[in-house]
Amino acid sequence: MTDAATRDDARKPAQVEAPLLRVSRLNKSYPTPQGPVAVLKGVDLTLARGESVALMGESGSGKSTLLHLVGGLDQADDGEIVIDGVDVTWLSDTGRAALRRETLAVVFQQFNLIPSLNLQANVAFQARLAGRFDPAWTDELIHRLKLQDLLERYPEQLSGGQQQRAAIGRALAVRPRLLLADEPTGNLDEATADDFMALALDVVAATGCAFLMVTHSERLAARLQRQVRLSAGQVRLSAGVINQP
Amino acid sequence: MSAKWIFFAALAFTSPALAQGYAGLGDDAGGFERVVPGKPLVFPQDFGAHPKFRTEWWYVTANLTDETGASYGVQWTLFRQASAPGEERQGWANQNVWMGHAAVTSASEHLFAETFARGGVGQAGVTAQPFRAWIDDWNFSAQDNAPPDSGLSRVKLSASGENFRYAFDLVADGPLVRQGDNGFSLKSDDGRASYYFSQPFYKIAGVLTLRGKEIKLSGRAWMDREWSTQYLAASQKGWDWFSLHFSGGEKLMLFRMRDTSGRDFRSGTWISADGATQKLDRDDIALTPLEQTPVAGRSVPTRWRLQVKSRGLDVETAPLNAASFMATSFPYWEGPIAFHGSQQGKGYLEMTGY
Amino acid sequence: MKQIFWTFVTLLSHWRRRPGNFFALFVGLAIATALWSGVQALNAQARKSYDRAASVFSGGGAQSLVPTSGATIPQELFVKLRLAGWKVSPALEATVLVRGTPFQLIGVEPLTLPRGGQLGGLVDGGDFSAFFAPPGQVIAPPEVLRDLGAKDGDRIALDTGKSLPPLRSSAQAPPGLLTVDIGVAQTLLGRPGQMSRLILRQPPDNDAPSLASVVGNALRLLPAGEEEADLKRLTESFHLNLTAFGLLAFLVGLFIVHAAFGLAFEQRLGMVRTLRAVGVSTRALAAALFGEVALLALVAGGFGVAAGFWLASALLPNVAASLDALYGARVAGGLTLDPTWLLSGLGIALVGALVAAAGGLAKALRLPILAAAQPFAWRQAQQVFMRRRAWLALLAFGAAFAAYLWGDSLYTGFAALAGLLFGAALLLPVLLSAALRLGESFSSAPLVNWFWADSRQQLPGLALALTALLLAFATNVGVGGMVEGFRQTFAHWLDERLAAEVYYEAAGAPEARRIEAWLATRPEVLAVLPSARTSVRLSGWPTEIFGMTPHETFRAHFPMIDQAPDAWEALQRGDGALISEQLARRLKLGLGSSLDLPTASGIWRVKVGGVFPDYGNPRGQARIDIDALTRHWPDAPRVSYGLRVAPQETPRLIAAMQAEFGEKIVRIADQAAIKKISTRIFEHTFAVTTALNTLTLVVSAIALLASLTTLGDTRLAQVAPVWASGVSRRRLAQLEFLRVLALTAATAVLAVPLGLGLSWCLVAVVNVQAFGWRLPFEIFPWQWAEILALALLTAAIASIAPILRFVRTTPAQLARIFANER
Ligand SMILES: Nc1ncnc2c1ncn2[C@@H]1O[C@H](COP(=O)(O)OP(=O)(O)O)[C@@H](O)[C@H]1O
Ligand SMILES: [Mg+2]
Repeated sequence: MTDAATRDDARKPAQVEAPLLRVSRLNKSYPTPQGPVAVLKGVDLTLARGESVALMGESGSGKSTLLHLVGGLDQADDGEIVIDGVDVTWLSDTGRAALRRETLAVVFQQFNLIPSLNLQANVAFQARLAGRFDPAWTDELIHRLKLQDLLERYPEQLSGGQQQRAAIGRALAVRPRLLLADEPTGNLDEATADDFMALALDVVAATGCAFLMVTHSERLAARLQRQVRLSAGQVRLSAGVINQP
Repeated sequence: MSAKWIFFAALAFTSPALAQGYAGLGDDAGGFERVVPGKPLVFPQDFGAHPKFRTEWWYVTANLTDETGASYGVQWTLFRQASAPGEERQGWANQNVWMGHAAVTSASEHLFAETFARGGVGQAGVTAQPFRAWIDDWNFSAQDNAPPDSGLSRVKLSASGENFRYAFDLVADGPLVRQGDNGFSLKSDDGRASYYFSQPFYKIAGVLTLRGKEIKLSGRAWMDREWSTQYLAASQKGWDWFSLHFSGGEKLMLFRMRDTSGRDFRSGTWISADGATQKLDRDDIALTPLEQTPVAGRSVPTRWRLQVKSRGLDVETAPLNAASFMATSFPYWEGPIAFHGSQQGKGYLEMTGY
Repeated sequence: MKQIFWTFVTLLSHWRRRPGNFFALFVGLAIATALWSGVQALNAQARKSYDRAASVFSGGGAQSLVPTSGATIPQELFVKLRLAGWKVSPALEATVLVRGTPFQLIGVEPLTLPRGGQLGGLVDGGDFSAFFAPPGQVIAPPEVLRDLGAKDGDRIALDTGKSLPPLRSSAQAPPGLLTVDIGVAQTLLGRPGQMSRLILRQPPDNDAPSLASVVGNALRLLPAGEEEADLKRLTESFHLNLTAFGLLAFLVGLFIVHAAFGLAFEQRLGMVRTLRAVGVSTRALAAALFGEVALLALVAGGFGVAAGFWLASALLPNVAASLDALYGARVAGGLTLDPTWLLSGLGIALVGALVAAAGGLAKALRLPILAAAQPFAWRQAQQVFMRRRAWLALLAFGAAFAAYLWGDSLYTGFAALAGLLFGAALLLPVLLSAALRLGESFSSAPLVNWFWADSRQQLPGLALALTALLLAFATNVGVGGMVEGFRQTFAHWLDERLAAEVYYEAAGAPEARRIEAWLATRPEVLAVLPSARTSVRLSGWPTEIFGMTPHETFRAHFPMIDQAPDAWEALQRGDGALISEQLARRLKLGLGSSLDLPTASGIWRVKVGGVFPDYGNPRGQARIDIDALTRHWPDAPRVSYGLRVAPQETPRLIAAMQAEFGEKIVRIADQAAIKKISTRIFEHTFAVTTALNTLTLVVSAIALLASLTTLGDTRLAQVAPVWASGVSRRRLAQLEFLRVLALTAATAVLAVPLGLGLSWCLVAVVNVQAFGWRLPFEIFPWQWAEILALALLTAAIASIAPILRFVRTTPAQLARIFANER
């Protein structure tokens, strides 16, 4: 109780402030030849500023779908997504493009980088696009992510781990308020994944943004502040252990 | 092949299909002059062409032997056929089409040639005096040194074809012979007829070049001249025609027009050695085929029994070459024959419509 | 067998999933086959017609006797020869005009015609008497009746006012000919008793009198096949041109097929690995892959052959018209389907497909089962590729230059052309890539920078399509320039050449003299310019000797390429000649060269005093003084005349002459009518060229469309990260569109210099080799603007579908690119 209260108290200021992300009663179904299949059935989720949350669940449970909706990559059927006090649920295509460009950033399991640009250009790309390119910050990111020797390389000339580090760099160069990651370590071996996680958490902390990451790995999930589990189309708050980083 | 119709028109009497197709030819004079009895023949005019009549021909056949005694036959024919009546038009517009046939027959070979010409330009034609019948380089004409009024009595004959060429001199040792009733030769019971005269008394000699080899030949020749407008009755499908030289100097012409009704029309002329004639009637004559020979995909009677009761004639004929077939645009059988029996001698047989 | 079957089925399943890829492959192969076999069909049809035309007179090796000089001979010679045992048949040929359109009329005598020949069989089954008894008959093939707009039994009026006999349609009639009886022809043409040729049924017997003993030297025996050989030689270059076009189009089509196969193999590498991993043998795999290629080739090739047949039928009228007008070669109008042609069409489709697929096949068969599925390291590969291309391009240019420098035939001319095009095709991606790199280095805005970089990455995928476009554009610039240049030159040349206002031909020499005397009394006639002509062979080449009056009119106007100062004086003296450019080139003659002309009485030597352009004449021509001609060729009839008249008097004079002389004038026309005919001749030729040109353009547009479609799938993965980074689909679509436009425009711009090179090659090398005359090289910038506009339009049309598809991609589909299960 005490522990729980302490934890609650610790979060209180954040809850008093409007949460960074509030997802309520979110519904999403996909059309299939057999008719629509509901994937998300009234999902509720809240993320405070600077909070890092691991989103877990069985394969096919809708984690990516949820992430895509939050990330402005796709449109929900019903419900509400509020980011930083702005309802983004029903944004237009252009509005969602602006949201992706300026407010948040996404890192996927693969295909994060633009194949025709080299690493440096890739890292700077979104920031430049958003008009928020900060050479010093980008440089810092590059160094923190240990990418400084790879700047001229093109995506297909990088290893999986390097590519994902560059993806994080590209995502954070824009100083998003929310970083979304969909199994960023899914294609990496355990050691590389750990390396990546360490660097990622480091730069996330340096950026001060909130972090929502989909992962299958309990071990990696445990390194985030909170874990939630998606099953049967709904989020069940996980009572999972919080490991201190 | 393309000239088929000419032959149809010229000899429309024999081919059944043609007889039908050219029914008009038989039924209707179509503006041409008709053949009527009692009209005397006039020489030398009648040696020449008669463009007012639809059809006519100059026909020479000869029975010859070489120096070893081997027999040969030679044929030379010029046909004229008019496509339209009326005044002869000049140049290419001329209505006449001419056709020449030439043939050489030995016991082992029968070679023939055919050629065509349009009237009006000089490629073929006939003049009466001096007599000249020609088509291309084929000639049947008065000899160069013959007197202008010699008519048909001293003539030369030449033609050529693939693998053969011949040139003969002919001299008549008897008079011209008018067939039928003084030259009016009836062909059917319903009055179809032709004007018809012959020169059966030719002595002939000359050279035949056969496959490059020159052969000196001599013997007897027979010329027929005939012109008509309506020749053939619809029911008549062909004819058998004989010209015979008896060893004693007499001559005989016989023909029968075969009729689908079964009632053939038969006629003939007995010619004594001095040229006197006796017309032979249907019932006086019996022509009996004895043996059929398959030739050119058909069956043709090549041996015959000929009988003329009033003259006591009863002979059997045999061809020199049973395959004497003229596979020309309009095909027929024509070749030399020899005969034995009550009389003997040589002659020519023509059979059409088989 | 089972193994092969299932492998085969599995391989084929790919196409169901990728209809775009299949479409590209199918269309590419079908079009390549269609263009190739279409051109083959045209050529085959033309050749068959030449043989048919030749068999008009021959058949079983019949020969012809033709006038030694002049156009016709009296028909008495025919009779003389017949009576001498020569199996000859008379014919009279001439061109007649029906409402200004020329038709070839031939008068024959059916009874003496060789039976084996075409005309011999023609009246077969028909009625001879209807053919030659007045009014006679015109036998013509159905297409001629169609051209005349007439039906069986109609009577057509010639422009001379005379009426043809009733028409009779016959499929066996010789192509393009109006066949009438010789008598009818003589009347129609106002040439009573004349003929232009005797057909010799069979070689005369040895014992027949010699030709000379019968007709003197009035007739010449044309060796069997000489006319056909002439016709074939004269038309050969035309067909070679056509073939070259067909080949070009075929290659463009193969580009598409190659690209489509390449992509299909690339996309199926995983599938192939899996197949091998589950135990499919290399042999079974090979059999299945080859089977697949063969199946596709047969299906697409079958469609292509059908389309080719249709194409050939559509082009045939113009091909036939230009062959007729240029060479007097008549081509039958009805295309017939020939099984060997069908098979060869399918064969070429199969060979083409195998060639296009060879690379992919080899790669698939050599693929190691366990290779790491690493993405294709295209960047290094591309650099090597570009460098190799640049070298090859240099090599091709070098070869082109060498062929130009040392070559001396139409083939080397085409080789130079091919080298030029090939080199340019190789160089295009290199140049475009360099340009894009340049753009990239100059741009700082992220999206613009990405635009350049991404275009460069897409280049290999689009290179083939762009190359096809380059070739098509360049051909358009080149051929367009050549055609336009020729049109202008030709119009000017005609103006100069046709200096006289009225041209006529008298029926014979006595008539000509009478007309001349009459004209002398007419005040409006400023000059009477007689001419005469005869034909000879110079070094085996048919050449016309043209006798002209060295009148002021010609001295002032007659267009010359090169002339000695005393050219006209020498001509007048009778020892000088003007020769056509063709003759000069073929016999390698120049000013001051001696030319030996074979006359009946021996060789006559003249000096070349001038060279004149003689566009479109397949024969050589030497012009000499008319009196000199009459001296050396006494038989050449002096019946053709030009008249100088005040232009406004022309119609009245023509009417007066026709009223006065009627049939004594065989032909009469004013300048304008002749110009119209001459111009139309070339329009037909160029209509074919233009049609093939346009088709090539269409093919390359399809290539572009196909490439964009096949790229579509890969494209998503390349664009998705940009989209995820916050660029809207609309913006991305705009950029895609812009990219295709920019690449196409760049290609079009590069096509201009290439097109000019091509044009130069055509006028200065190929045309000279093919036809013996050179065209001035001219530049038409407005045509380039047209090409550019056309290029942008092409690009826009080709990119619309793929871009619409992109715009319609749902976010869910885009997002799925990143989905982990992928
Ligand atoms: N575009 C789509 N069309 C149809 N079904 C889809 C689509 N995307 C995802 N799904 C389905 O929705 C469910 C959830 O998918 P996803 O969110 O990718 O799951 P997770 O990421 O949890 O593995 C799955 O069953 C998947 O098959
Ligand atoms: Mg997922």
